[in-house]
Amino acid sequence: MSEHELRVSKIRDGTVIDHVEGGQALNVLAILGIDGSEGFGVSVGMNVPSDRLGRKDIVKVEDRELSQSEVDVLSLIAPEATINIVRDFEVVEKNRVTRPDTVTGVLSCPNRNCITNADEPIETRFDVVADGVRCDYCATILRADIADHIDV
Amino acid sequence: MRQDHLITATQLSRDDIETVLDRARAVADDPAAYADRHAGRVLALCFFEPSTRTRMSFDSAAKRLGMNTIDMGDVDSSSVSKGESLSDTVRVIEGYADAIVLRHPSEGAATLAGERVDVPVVNAGDGAGQHPSQTLLDLHTIREDHGLDDLTIGIMGDLKYGRTVHSLAAALTEFDANQHFISPESLRLPRSVRFDLHETGAQIREHEEIEPVLDELDVLYVTRIQKERFPDENEYHRVAGEYRIDAETLDAAADDLTVMHPLPRVDEIAPDVDETDHARYFEQAHNGVPVRMALLDTLLENANPDADEGTEVDR
Ligand SMILES: [Zn+2]
Repeated sequence: MSEHELRVSKIRDGTVIDHVEGGQALNVLAILGIDGSEGFGVSVGMNVPSDRLGRKDIVKVEDRELSQSEVDVLSLIAPEATINIVRDFEVVEKNRVTRPDTVTGVLSCPNRNCITNADEPIETRFDVVADGVRCDYCATILRADIADHIDV
Repeated sequence: MRQDHLITATQLSRDDIETVLDRARAVADDPAAYADRHAGRVLALCFFEPSTRTRMSFDSAAKRLGMNTIDMGDVDSSSVSKGESLSDTVRVIEGYADAIVLRHPSEGAATLAGERVDVPVVNAGDGAGQHPSQTLLDLHTIREDHGLDDLTIGIMGDLKYGRTVHSLAAALTEFDANQHFISPESLRLPRSVRFDLHETGAQIREHEEIEPVLDELDVLYVTRIQKERFPDENEYHRVAGEYRIDAETLDAAADDLTVMHPLPRVDEIAPDVDETDHARYFEQAHNGVPVRMALLDTLLENANPDADEGTEVDR
Protein backbone atom coordinates (compact mmCIF):
# COMPACT_ATOMS: atom_id res chain seq x y z
CA MET A 1 0.00 0.00 0.00
CA SER A 2 1.39 3.42 -0.90
CA GLU A 3 2.10 6.18 1.53
CA HIS A 4 -0.88 8.20 0.29
CA GLU A 5 -3.32 5.45 0.94
CA LEU A 6 -2.24 5.32 4.57
CA ARG A 7 -4.19 8.52 5.08
CA VAL A 8 -7.17 6.23 5.25
CA SER A 9 -6.92 3.71 8.02
CA LYS A 10 -6.38 0.04 7.30
CA ILE A 11 -9.26 -2.36 7.73
CA ARG A 12 -9.24 -5.92 9.03
CA ASP A 13 -12.00 -7.46 6.89
CA GLY A 14 -14.04 -5.91 4.14
CA THR A 15 -13.70 -4.20 0.79
CA VAL A 16 -11.48 -1.42 -0.44
CA ILE A 17 -12.69 0.33 -3.57
CA ASP A 18 -9.71 2.15 -4.98
CA HIS A 19 -9.07 4.30 -8.06
CA VAL A 20 -12.51 5.85 -7.95
CA GLU A 21 -12.63 9.02 -10.04
CA GLY A 22 -12.13 12.05 -7.79
CA GLY A 23 -15.44 13.32 -6.42
CA GLN A 24 -17.38 10.05 -6.88
CA ALA A 25 -16.81 8.53 -3.42
CA LEU A 26 -20.18 9.57 -2.04
CA ASN A 27 -21.87 8.17 -5.14
CA VAL A 28 -20.08 4.89 -4.52
CA LEU A 29 -21.57 4.85 -1.03
CA ALA A 30 -24.96 5.60 -2.55
CA ILE A 31 -24.62 2.64 -4.91
CA LEU A 32 -23.79 0.43 -1.96
CA GLY A 33 -26.74 1.84 -0.10
CA ILE A 34 -24.50 2.90 2.78
CA ASP A 35 -25.42 5.97 4.79
CA GLY A 36 -23.70 5.07 8.06
CA SER A 37 -26.79 3.77 9.81
CA GLU A 38 -25.89 0.16 8.94
CA GLY A 39 -23.09 0.13 11.50
CA PHE A 40 -20.26 -0.81 9.10
CA GLY A 41 -16.97 0.97 9.63
CA VAL A 42 -16.56 3.23 6.61
CA SER A 43 -13.51 5.29 5.63
CA VAL A 44 -13.53 7.66 2.70
CA GLY A 45 -10.54 9.35 1.13
CA MET A 46 -11.29 12.10 -1.32
CA ASN A 47 -9.04 13.72 -3.88
CA VAL A 48 -6.04 11.68 -2.88
CA PRO A 49 -3.12 12.20 -5.32
CA SER A 50 -2.89 9.31 -7.79
CA ASP A 51 -0.35 8.49 -10.50
CA ARG A 52 -2.99 6.97 -12.71
CA LEU A 53 -5.91 9.35 -12.20
CA GLY A 54 -4.33 12.57 -10.94
CA ARG A 55 -6.83 12.71 -8.10
CA LYS A 56 -8.76 9.75 -6.87
CA ASP A 57 -11.17 8.74 -4.15
CA ILE A 58 -10.94 5.62 -1.99
CA VAL A 59 -13.77 3.94 -0.11
CA LYS A 60 -13.13 1.31 2.55
CA VAL A 61 -16.01 -0.61 4.01
CA GLU A 62 -15.52 -3.02 6.88
CA ASP A 63 -17.30 -6.36 7.07
CA ARG A 64 -19.06 -5.93 3.76
CA GLU A 65 -18.45 -7.43 0.31
CA LEU A 66 -20.09 -6.36 -2.94
CA SER A 67 -22.71 -8.06 -5.08
CA GLN A 68 -22.26 -8.34 -8.83
CA SER A 69 -25.04 -5.84 -9.53
CA GLU A 70 -23.35 -3.33 -7.23
CA VAL A 71 -20.08 -3.84 -9.06
CA ASP A 72 -21.87 -3.41 -12.40
CA VAL A 73 -23.30 -0.04 -11.47
CA LEU A 74 -20.06 1.01 -9.83
CA SER A 75 -18.30 0.43 -13.14
CA LEU A 76 -20.48 3.06 -14.75
CA ILE A 77 -19.40 5.88 -12.46
CA ALA A 78 -15.91 4.59 -11.65
CA PRO A 79 -14.68 2.69 -14.71
CA GLU A 80 -11.08 2.62 -13.41
CA ALA A 81 -11.96 1.30 -9.97
CA THR A 82 -10.24 -1.67 -8.38
CA ILE A 83 -12.02 -3.73 -5.79
CA ASN A 84 -9.85 -5.29 -3.13
CA ILE A 85 -11.22 -7.89 -0.77
CA VAL A 86 -9.42 -7.71 2.56
CA ARG A 87 -9.29 -10.53 5.12
CA ASP A 88 -7.26 -10.21 8.27
CA PHE A 89 -5.55 -7.04 6.97
CA GLU A 90 -4.39 -8.78 3.77
CA VAL A 91 -5.68 -8.11 0.27
CA VAL A 92 -6.83 -11.59 -0.75
CA GLU A 93 -8.45 -10.62 -4.05
CA LYS A 94 -7.98 -7.66 -6.37
CA ASN A 95 -10.40 -7.09 -9.21
CA ARG A 96 -10.87 -4.38 -11.84
CA VAL A 97 -14.45 -3.50 -12.61
CA THR A 98 -15.69 -4.29 -16.10
CA ARG A 99 -18.53 -2.53 -17.82
CA PRO A 100 -21.49 -4.88 -18.23
CA ASP A 101 -23.61 -4.98 -21.42
CA THR A 102 -26.79 -4.41 -19.47
CA VAL A 103 -27.76 -3.35 -15.98
CA THR A 104 -30.94 -4.91 -14.67
CA GLY A 105 -32.98 -3.83 -11.69
CA VAL A 106 -30.59 -1.27 -10.21
CA LEU A 107 -31.31 2.02 -11.94
CA SER A 108 -34.63 3.79 -12.18
CA CYS A 109 -35.57 5.44 -15.46
CA PRO A 110 -35.52 9.25 -15.33
CA ASN A 111 -38.39 9.42 -17.83
CA ARG A 112 -41.49 9.74 -15.66
CA ASN A 113 -43.63 8.59 -18.54
CA CYS A 114 -41.67 5.37 -19.01
CA ILE A 115 -43.63 2.14 -18.50
CA THR A 116 -41.05 1.10 -15.89
CA ASN A 117 -42.35 3.94 -13.71
CA ALA A 118 -45.99 2.89 -14.05
CA ASP A 119 -46.45 0.32 -11.28
CA GLU A 120 -45.92 -2.63 -13.56
CA PRO A 121 -44.37 -5.84 -12.22
CA ILE A 122 -41.19 -5.19 -14.15
CA GLU A 123 -37.48 -4.73 -13.53
CA THR A 124 -35.72 -1.83 -15.19
CA ARG A 125 -33.18 -2.80 -17.81
CA PHE A 126 -30.55 -0.49 -19.25
CA ASP A 127 -28.15 -1.15 -22.09
CA VAL A 128 -24.67 0.20 -21.49
CA VAL A 129 -23.77 2.51 -24.41
CA ALA A 130 -20.66 4.50 -25.24
CA ASP A 131 -20.87 7.11 -22.51
CA GLY A 132 -23.90 6.17 -20.48
CA VAL A 133 -26.81 3.80 -20.23
CA ARG A 134 -30.04 3.55 -22.17
CA CYS A 135 -33.45 2.35 -21.01
CA ASP A 136 -34.48 -0.77 -22.91
CA TYR A 137 -38.12 0.26 -22.68
CA CYS A 138 -38.29 3.96 -23.53
CA ALA A 139 -34.77 4.47 -24.99
CA THR A 140 -33.99 7.40 -22.69
CA ILE A 141 -30.25 7.91 -22.35
CA LEU A 142 -28.71 8.61 -18.97
CA ARG A 143 -25.18 9.97 -18.82
CA ALA A 144 -23.56 12.17 -16.17
CA ASP A 145 -26.34 11.77 -13.65
CA ILE A 146 -26.37 7.98 -13.36
CA ALA A 147 -25.73 8.06 -9.63
CA ASP A 148 -28.95 10.03 -9.08
CA HIS A 149 -30.99 7.13 -10.42
CA ILE A 150 -29.62 4.24 -8.42
CA ASP A 151 -32.40 2.18 -7.03
CA VAL A 152 -30.73 -0.62 -5.03
CA MET B 1 -39.80 -10.00 -42.10
CA ARG B 2 -38.95 -12.67 -39.53
CA GLN B 3 -40.20 -10.78 -36.49
CA ASP B 4 -42.92 -11.72 -34.06
CA HIS B 5 -43.82 -8.20 -33.04
CA LEU B 6 -43.59 -4.71 -34.49
CA ILE B 7 -42.48 -2.55 -31.58
CA THR B 8 -40.16 0.11 -32.97
CA ALA B 9 -39.06 1.19 -36.41
CA THR B 10 -35.44 0.71 -35.36
CA GLN B 11 -36.00 -3.06 -35.53
CA LEU B 12 -36.92 -2.89 -39.23
CA SER B 13 -34.36 -3.68 -41.89
CA ARG B 14 -34.61 -2.45 -45.44
CA ASP B 15 -35.71 -5.94 -46.40
CA ASP B 16 -38.45 -5.99 -43.76
CA ILE B 17 -39.77 -2.66 -44.98
CA GLU B 18 -39.72 -3.64 -48.63
CA THR B 19 -41.41 -6.95 -47.88
CA VAL B 20 -44.35 -5.20 -46.24
CA LEU B 21 -44.55 -2.41 -48.82
CA ASP B 22 -44.43 -4.83 -51.75
CA ARG B 23 -47.22 -6.79 -50.16
CA ALA B 24 -49.17 -3.57 -49.51
CA ARG B 25 -48.95 -2.81 -53.21
CA ALA B 26 -50.20 -6.29 -54.04
CA VAL B 27 -53.06 -5.84 -51.57
CA ALA B 28 -54.02 -2.50 -53.07
CA ASP B 29 -53.91 -3.96 -56.58
CA ASP B 30 -56.10 -6.95 -55.77
CA PRO B 31 -57.88 -6.62 -52.43
CA ALA B 32 -60.24 -9.50 -53.22
CA ALA B 33 -57.35 -11.96 -53.17
CA TYR B 34 -56.82 -11.16 -49.51
CA ALA B 35 -60.44 -11.05 -48.42
CA ASP B 36 -60.58 -14.40 -46.59
CA ARG B 37 -56.93 -14.79 -45.91
CA HIS B 38 -57.21 -14.75 -42.13
CA ALA B 39 -60.85 -15.72 -41.72
CA GLY B 40 -61.59 -17.00 -38.24
CA ARG B 41 -58.72 -15.13 -36.63
CA VAL B 42 -59.23 -12.40 -34.08
CA LEU B 43 -57.40 -9.10 -33.66
CA ALA B 44 -57.55 -7.34 -30.27
CA LEU B 45 -57.49 -3.55 -30.44
CA CYS B 46 -56.15 -2.40 -27.08
CA PHE B 47 -56.32 1.37 -27.00
CA PHE B 48 -55.42 2.75 -23.59
CA GLU B 49 -55.80 6.25 -24.99
CA PRO B 50 -58.22 7.34 -27.65
CA SER B 51 -57.20 7.34 -31.29
CA THR B 52 -60.24 6.89 -33.45
CA ARG B 53 -58.41 6.95 -36.77
CA THR B 54 -55.63 4.53 -35.97
CA ARG B 55 -58.11 2.18 -34.35
CA MET B 56 -60.48 2.33 -37.33
CA SER B 57 -57.60 1.86 -39.74
CA PHE B 58 -56.51 -1.36 -38.00
CA ASP B 59 -60.13 -2.45 -37.63
CA SER B 60 -60.74 -1.96 -41.33
CA ALA B 61 -57.49 -3.71 -42.28
CA ALA B 62 -58.32 -6.72 -40.10
CA LYS B 63 -61.87 -7.03 -41.45
CA ARG B 64 -60.64 -6.82 -45.04
CA LEU B 65 -58.45 -9.83 -44.24
CA GLY B 66 -61.50 -11.69 -42.98
CA MET B 67 -60.58 -11.27 -39.31
CA ASN B 68 -62.85 -10.38 -36.45
CA THR B 69 -61.85 -7.61 -34.08
CA ILE B 70 -62.43 -7.16 -30.38
CA ASP B 71 -61.63 -4.12 -28.28
CA MET B 72 -61.63 -2.91 -24.71
CA GLY B 73 -64.51 -0.49 -25.11
CA ASP B 74 -64.31 2.73 -23.20
CA VAL B 75 -61.01 2.63 -21.33
CA ASP B 76 -62.37 4.61 -18.39
CA SER B 77 -64.86 1.90 -17.52
CA SER B 78 -62.52 -1.06 -17.94
CA SER B 79 -60.36 -2.72 -15.35
CA VAL B 80 -57.49 -0.58 -16.58
CA SER B 81 -58.59 2.37 -14.51
CA LYS B 82 -59.15 0.02 -11.56
CA GLY B 83 -55.45 -0.62 -11.36
CA GLU B 84 -54.86 -3.79 -13.34
CA SER B 85 -51.35 -3.80 -14.75
CA LEU B 86 -50.72 -3.72 -18.46
CA SER B 87 -48.73 -6.93 -18.00
CA ASP B 88 -51.82 -8.73 -16.70
CA THR B 89 -54.19 -7.16 -19.22
CA VAL B 90 -52.22 -8.31 -22.25
CA ARG B 91 -51.75 -11.78 -20.79
CA VAL B 92 -55.49 -12.11 -20.42
CA ILE B 93 -56.19 -10.74 -23.90
CA GLU B 94 -53.59 -13.07 -25.39
CA GLY B 95 -56.06 -15.85 -24.72
CA TYR B 96 -58.80 -14.06 -26.68
CA ALA B 97 -56.92 -13.04 -29.81
CA ASP B 98 -54.39 -14.06 -32.44
CA ALA B 99 -52.68 -10.66 -32.44
CA ILE B 100 -52.76 -7.50 -30.35
CA VAL B 101 -52.60 -3.87 -31.47
CA LEU B 102 -51.60 -1.67 -28.56
CA ARG B 103 -51.87 2.08 -28.09
CA HIS B 104 -50.68 3.26 -24.69
CA PRO B 105 -49.72 6.59 -23.14
CA SER B 106 -46.43 5.32 -21.64
CA GLU B 107 -43.18 4.97 -23.56
CA GLY B 108 -42.04 1.36 -23.64
CA ALA B 109 -45.53 -0.10 -23.12
CA ALA B 110 -45.38 -2.10 -26.35
CA THR B 111 -41.93 -3.45 -25.50
CA LEU B 112 -43.31 -4.68 -22.19
CA ALA B 113 -46.38 -6.20 -23.85
CA GLY B 114 -44.19 -7.97 -26.39
CA GLU B 115 -42.20 -9.53 -23.56
CA ARG B 116 -45.33 -10.82 -21.88
CA VAL B 117 -47.22 -12.52 -24.70
CA ASP B 118 -46.55 -14.92 -27.57
CA VAL B 119 -49.09 -13.57 -30.05
CA PRO B 120 -47.82 -10.78 -32.32
CA VAL B 121 -47.97 -7.29 -30.79
CA VAL B 122 -48.13 -4.19 -32.96
CA ASN B 123 -47.19 -0.91 -31.34
CA ALA B 124 -49.80 1.62 -32.43
CA GLY B 125 -48.14 4.42 -30.48
CA ASP B 126 -46.50 4.43 -27.05
CA GLY B 127 -46.49 7.90 -25.55
CA ALA B 128 -43.80 10.03 -27.15
CA GLY B 129 -42.00 6.87 -28.22
CA GLN B 130 -42.71 5.13 -31.51
CA HIS B 131 -45.47 4.52 -34.04
CA PRO B 132 -43.99 2.09 -36.53
CA SER B 133 -47.11 1.09 -38.48
CA GLN B 134 -47.62 4.78 -39.27
CA THR B 135 -44.07 4.79 -40.57
CA LEU B 136 -44.76 1.91 -42.92
CA LEU B 137 -47.68 3.77 -44.45
CA ASP B 138 -45.61 6.96 -44.61
CA LEU B 139 -42.87 5.09 -46.46
CA HIS B 140 -45.41 3.52 -48.78
CA THR B 141 -46.71 6.98 -49.66
CA ILE B 142 -43.20 8.34 -50.22
CA ARG B 143 -42.19 5.32 -52.27
CA GLU B 144 -45.13 5.70 -54.62
CA ASP B 145 -44.09 9.31 -55.38
CA HIS B 146 -40.31 9.35 -55.20
CA GLY B 147 -38.89 5.96 -54.30
CA LEU B 148 -36.97 5.63 -51.07
CA ASP B 149 -33.40 6.21 -52.21
CA ASP B 150 -31.74 9.44 -53.18
CA LEU B 151 -34.42 11.18 -51.20
CA THR B 152 -34.29 14.56 -49.47
CA ILE B 153 -36.91 14.91 -46.77
CA GLY B 154 -37.77 17.74 -44.40
CA ILE B 155 -39.50 16.80 -41.17
CA MET B 156 -41.05 19.79 -39.46
CA GLY B 157 -42.93 20.61 -36.26
CA ASP B 158 -42.87 18.82 -32.92
CA LEU B 159 -39.86 16.57 -33.25
CA LYS B 160 -39.47 16.06 -29.53
CA TYR B 161 -42.77 14.39 -28.68
CA GLY B 162 -43.74 13.33 -32.20
CA ARG B 163 -43.59 9.55 -32.17
CA THR B 164 -44.35 9.35 -35.89
CA VAL B 165 -41.22 11.43 -36.47
CA HIS B 166 -39.06 9.19 -34.27
CA SER B 167 -40.15 6.09 -36.15
CA LEU B 168 -39.89 7.65 -39.60
CA ALA B 169 -36.41 9.06 -38.98
CA ALA B 170 -35.17 5.67 -37.80
CA ALA B 171 -36.65 3.79 -40.76
CA LEU B 172 -35.23 6.25 -43.30
CA THR B 173 -31.71 5.40 -42.15
CA GLU B 174 -32.15 2.09 -44.00
CA PHE B 175 -32.30 4.07 -47.24
CA ASP B 176 -30.18 6.70 -48.92
CA ALA B 177 -32.04 9.66 -47.47
CA ASN B 178 -30.95 13.16 -46.46
CA GLN B 179 -33.00 14.17 -43.47
CA HIS B 180 -33.58 17.81 -42.51
CA PHE B 181 -35.24 18.40 -39.15
CA ILE B 182 -37.01 21.73 -38.77
CA SER B 183 -38.33 22.75 -35.36
CA PRO B 184 -38.14 25.34 -32.63
CA GLU B 185 -35.21 24.81 -30.29
CA SER B 186 -37.49 23.58 -27.50
CA LEU B 187 -38.97 20.81 -29.67
CA ARG B 188 -35.79 19.39 -31.19
CA LEU B 189 -35.32 15.65 -31.63
CA PRO B 190 -34.74 13.88 -28.32
CA ARG B 191 -31.24 12.75 -27.44
CA SER B 192 -32.08 9.07 -27.86
CA VAL B 193 -33.34 9.53 -31.42
CA ARG B 194 -30.31 11.61 -32.40
CA PHE B 195 -28.10 8.95 -30.82
CA ASP B 196 -29.58 6.25 -33.06
CA LEU B 197 -29.32 8.43 -36.15
CA HIS B 198 -25.67 9.22 -35.47
CA GLU B 199 -24.95 5.54 -34.79
CA THR B 200 -26.15 4.64 -38.27
CA GLY B 201 -24.12 7.43 -39.85
CA ALA B 202 -27.31 9.02 -41.18
CA GLN B 203 -27.18 12.30 -43.11
CA ILE B 204 -29.09 14.65 -40.84
CA ARG B 205 -29.25 18.41 -40.44
CA GLU B 206 -31.23 20.44 -37.92
CA HIS B 207 -32.76 23.84 -38.66
CA GLU B 208 -35.01 26.37 -37.00
CA GLU B 209 -36.48 27.65 -40.26
CA ILE B 210 -37.79 25.92 -43.33
CA GLU B 211 -37.03 28.60 -45.93
CA PRO B 212 -33.34 27.80 -46.47
CA VAL B 213 -34.00 24.12 -47.25
CA LEU B 214 -37.47 24.13 -48.78
CA ASP B 215 -36.38 24.14 -52.41
CA GLU B 216 -34.14 21.07 -51.92
CA LEU B 217 -36.89 18.84 -50.59
CA ASP B 218 -38.65 15.95 -52.29
CA VAL B 219 -40.89 15.46 -49.27
CA LEU B 220 -42.04 17.80 -46.51
CA TYR B 221 -43.45 15.91 -43.52
CA VAL B 222 -45.37 18.26 -41.23
CA THR B 223 -46.46 17.44 -37.69
CA ARG B 224 -48.65 19.25 -35.24
CA ILE B 225 -47.25 21.38 -32.45
CA GLN B 226 -49.45 20.80 -29.43
CA LYS B 227 -50.59 23.58 -27.16
CA GLU B 228 -50.01 21.42 -24.06
CA ARG B 229 -46.28 21.53 -24.66
CA PHE B 230 -46.14 25.23 -23.83
CA PRO B 231 -46.72 26.70 -20.40
CA ASP B 232 -47.59 30.03 -22.02
CA GLU B 233 -50.31 30.23 -24.65
CA ASN B 234 -48.79 33.29 -26.35
CA GLU B 235 -45.53 31.43 -26.80
CA TYR B 236 -47.47 28.54 -28.34
CA HIS B 237 -49.18 30.82 -30.85
CA ARG B 238 -45.90 32.48 -31.79
CA VAL B 239 -44.13 29.16 -32.36
CA ALA B 240 -47.06 27.44 -34.08
CA GLY B 241 -47.39 30.38 -36.46
CA GLU B 242 -43.78 30.02 -37.56
CA TYR B 243 -44.19 26.35 -38.44
CA ARG B 244 -47.32 26.74 -40.52
CA ILE B 245 -47.32 26.35 -44.27
CA ASP B 246 -49.78 27.55 -46.90
CA ALA B 247 -49.94 27.46 -50.69
CA GLU B 248 -47.86 30.62 -50.93
CA THR B 249 -45.07 29.12 -48.80
CA LEU B 250 -44.90 26.30 -51.30
CA ASP B 251 -44.28 28.61 -54.27
CA ALA B 252 -40.60 28.27 -53.41
CA ALA B 253 -40.73 24.46 -53.42
CA ALA B 254 -39.93 22.00 -56.20
CA ASP B 255 -42.91 21.22 -58.43
CA ASP B 256 -42.96 17.60 -57.35
CA LEU B 257 -42.65 18.27 -53.61
CA THR B 258 -44.88 15.89 -51.65
CA VAL B 259 -46.45 17.35 -48.50
CA MET B 260 -47.37 14.80 -45.85
CA HIS B 261 -48.91 14.87 -42.37
CA PRO B 262 -49.89 12.02 -40.03
CA LEU B 263 -53.24 13.77 -39.32
CA PRO B 264 -55.26 15.09 -37.68
CA ARG B 265 -54.02 18.56 -38.49
CA VAL B 266 -55.10 21.73 -36.76
CA ASP B 267 -53.80 24.72 -38.68
CA GLU B 268 -50.18 23.83 -39.45
CA ILE B 269 -51.19 23.16 -43.06
CA ALA B 270 -53.58 25.77 -44.46
CA PRO B 271 -56.60 24.39 -46.34
CA ASP B 272 -55.39 26.07 -49.55
CA VAL B 273 -52.55 23.52 -49.69
CA ASP B 274 -55.18 20.80 -50.19
CA GLU B 275 -55.87 22.17 -53.68
CA THR B 276 -52.23 22.05 -54.76
CA ASP B 277 -50.50 19.09 -56.41
CA HIS B 278 -48.28 18.83 -53.34
CA ALA B 279 -50.90 17.59 -50.90
CA ARG B 280 -50.71 13.89 -50.21
CA TYR B 281 -51.93 13.59 -46.59
CA PHE B 282 -55.34 12.15 -47.35
CA GLU B 283 -53.89 9.48 -49.62
CA GLN B 284 -51.34 8.88 -46.90
CA ALA B 285 -54.14 8.18 -44.43
CA HIS B 286 -55.92 5.93 -46.95
CA ASN B 287 -52.72 3.96 -47.43
CA GLY B 288 -53.06 2.92 -43.80
CA VAL B 289 -55.49 0.17 -44.70
CA PRO B 290 -53.50 -1.78 -47.34
CA VAL B 291 -50.26 -1.26 -45.44
CA ARG B 292 -51.76 -2.50 -42.18
CA MET B 293 -53.32 -5.43 -44.04
CA ALA B 294 -49.88 -6.28 -45.36
CA LEU B 295 -48.34 -5.88 -41.92
CA LEU B 296 -50.92 -8.06 -40.15
CA ASP B 297 -50.65 -10.63 -42.92
CA THR B 298 -46.87 -10.74 -42.53
CA LEU B 299 -46.88 -10.96 -38.75
CA LEU B 300 -49.58 -13.63 -38.69
CA GLU B 301 -47.70 -15.60 -41.28
CA ASN B 302 -44.58 -15.43 -39.09
CA ALA B 303 -46.59 -16.50 -36.06
CA ASN B 304 -48.24 -19.42 -37.91
CA PRO B 305 -45.70 -20.44 -40.52
CA ASP B 306 -47.67 -23.48 -41.74
CA ALA B 307 -51.18 -22.20 -41.39
CA ASP B 308 -51.46 -20.71 -44.87
CA GLU B 309 -50.23 -23.73 -46.77
CA GLY B 310 -52.57 -24.75 -49.53
CA THR B 311 -54.11 -21.34 -50.15
CA GLU B 312 -54.30 -20.27 -53.73
CA VAL B 313 -52.91 -16.82 -53.21
CA ASP B 314 -49.73 -16.10 -55.05
CA ARG B 315 -47.22 -14.24 -52.89
ZN1 LIG C 1 -37.36 4.22 -19.55
